[in-house]
Amino acid sequence: MWELSREVGDRLKHLELPFNRFGVDPYGVSRRHLRQAFTGLTWFYRSYFDVHVHGVEHVPSHGRTMLVGNHSGGVALDGAMVLASMFWELNPPRLAQGMAEKFMAKVPFFSSWTNRCGQFTGLPEHAEQLLRDDRLLMVFPEGARGTQKLYPERHSLVRFGTGFVRLALKTNTPIVPLAFLGGGEAIPTVYNSKRLGKIVGAPYVPITPYGVTVPLPVRLDVIYSEPIRFEGSGNEEDEVIFGHVQEVKARIAGLIEEGRRLRRQS
Amino acid sequence: MRVLIPGISGVLGRMVAVTLAEHGHEVVGIDKRRFPDAPDGIEVHHVDLRKRAAEEVFRKFRPEAVIHMATVSHFAARGHEERYRINLGGTRAVFDHCVAYGAKQCLFVGRHTYYGAAPDAPLYHSEAEPPMGLASFPELADLVSADLYAGSALWRFPKLDTAVLRMCYTLGPSGHGTLATFLRGPHVPVILGFDPLFQFMHELDVVGAIVAAFDARLRGVFNVAGPQPVPLTVLVRETGRKVVPLPEFVFSQSLGRFGLPKLPRGALDHIKYPIVMDSKPFREATGFEPRIDEVQAMHEYKQAYSIPG
Repeated sequence: MWELSREVGDRLKHLELPFNRFGVDPYGVSRRHLRQAFTGLTWFYRSYFDVHVHGVEHVPSHGRTMLVGNHSGGVALDGAMVLASMFWELNPPRLAQGMAEKFMAKVPFFSSWTNRCGQFTGLPEHAEQLLRDDRLLMVFPEGARGTQKLYPERHSLVRFGTGFVRLALKTNTPIVPLAFLGGGEAIPTVYNSKRLGKIVGAPYVPITPYGVTVPLPVRLDVIYSEPIRFEGSGNEEDEVIFGHVQEVKARIAGLIEEGRRLRRQS
Repeated sequence: MRVLIPGISGVLGRMVAVTLAEHGHEVVGIDKRRFPDAPDGIEVHHVDLRKRAAEEVFRKFRPEAVIHMATVSHFAARGHEERYRINLGGTRAVFDHCVAYGAKQCLFVGRHTYYGAAPDAPLYHSEAEPPMGLASFPELADLVSADLYAGSALWRFPKLDTAVLRMCYTLGPSGHGTLATFLRGPHVPVILGFDPLFQFMHELDVVGAIVAAFDARLRGVFNVAGPQPVPLTVLVRETGRKVVPLPEFVFSQSLGRFGLPKLPRGALDHIKYPIVMDSKPFREATGFEPRIDEVQAMHEYKQAYSIPG
């Protein structure tokens, strides 16, 4: 683990964030926290799961970018693996910054850790600020609806929010669609317990056939596709925005099918 | 220029007054408190801003510019109603007298706590945002109201150039301000599991920003912040103190005991969640750049208030 931590530390030196003398950037993202988080995350990414990353060359190495993906798995496994793939497979590495559920900001420890690692409450203000600062934003437009998918629904897409398209138009940001596969197999959710969620301060807790929400060491696939760039101001009528959302959704659905084919072949 | 400073005897008021006098302005102040060793040429009237005697100062001096620094933010010193009277009654008197006696410019020096601290509040507040923190911290209503009231002068008195400055915390060797007071002891309590960003400016930069706003004859509402914010635990350690993490329920039960100040419960949100502002519009409008970074500000505070042993 010490070796891994040193490797993470070396990689962090190439992360293009404006850290100050304390290793903290203007948003409070901390090099020390990133090092610890990526050390743990990398063990899962390399050793626990069998992660296959495709099409990483489509992600711009600089400038504002929006990664838009499907949710797969009852907890934030998808976001975590996208984060790890952007850190290890891109050169120079980039920090993908996700938009977390609002309840997380109230949870002690968790909230400060997610913030120190660049994962902020899902507010339009945060998303816009990060893009204007040329960061790499990670968005899952299915929201909490997407993380609640049960095992049989794992390859499906539920309704997408539309805010991400308006924001991309307003900030002139390219959208990189991505598909994440295997989350449903890692956490085969059979039921979402809202009662348990209430106890731990979350909207729900996914229940698996073996009870606890511990991910299984399975194959995971992350597939990135060519960027889509929409032209406009962000003030377009809903019909126009829905059209763009559908285009992104269709691209992701296509990537999921491609991923399923790849997984069947192996 | 003739400049009147209500609240001149506070640490920042004195520094602003001296700077303006050095720049060749004629400075007069109003404050019930003493201004120790006031330089020659700075006249201080020890009267209540809300009383007739203060109006007489406006009438006689006929200020061209007014820098209103006579609001209070601490809870312990005065009762709630008295705070309301000072912050709102005083602010009303300042604007009424500005208009009645021909002032051309008025600066209201407010605070960043206008925005409130909450789990769903964004980082880097813009001036357009409403005050969202009052539900959890109603004791701040007088300061928020004074800020909004001062802003209303922009449309009520269009001939008066009004600027509302929402200042972040001050930290420096004077030990002035809410943050400096919070950090004063050798052990600083924080809430276990939370580590919000804190945004502060060295007192010399605070004065520099107020003077820059005055020189630019600013008009509008502006956030004023300095260098980049730092996490609270870094701030505590870098100022030479020890972090004492307390579970929230222990912290809230301990307020007013064991050396902790008696604060409203809502104040806890201000050490759980950040209030960080975007001050780009202010910098663009005035050309202001902070001269002292966060490291130096913390270092100077540490030197001035060192902990023995």
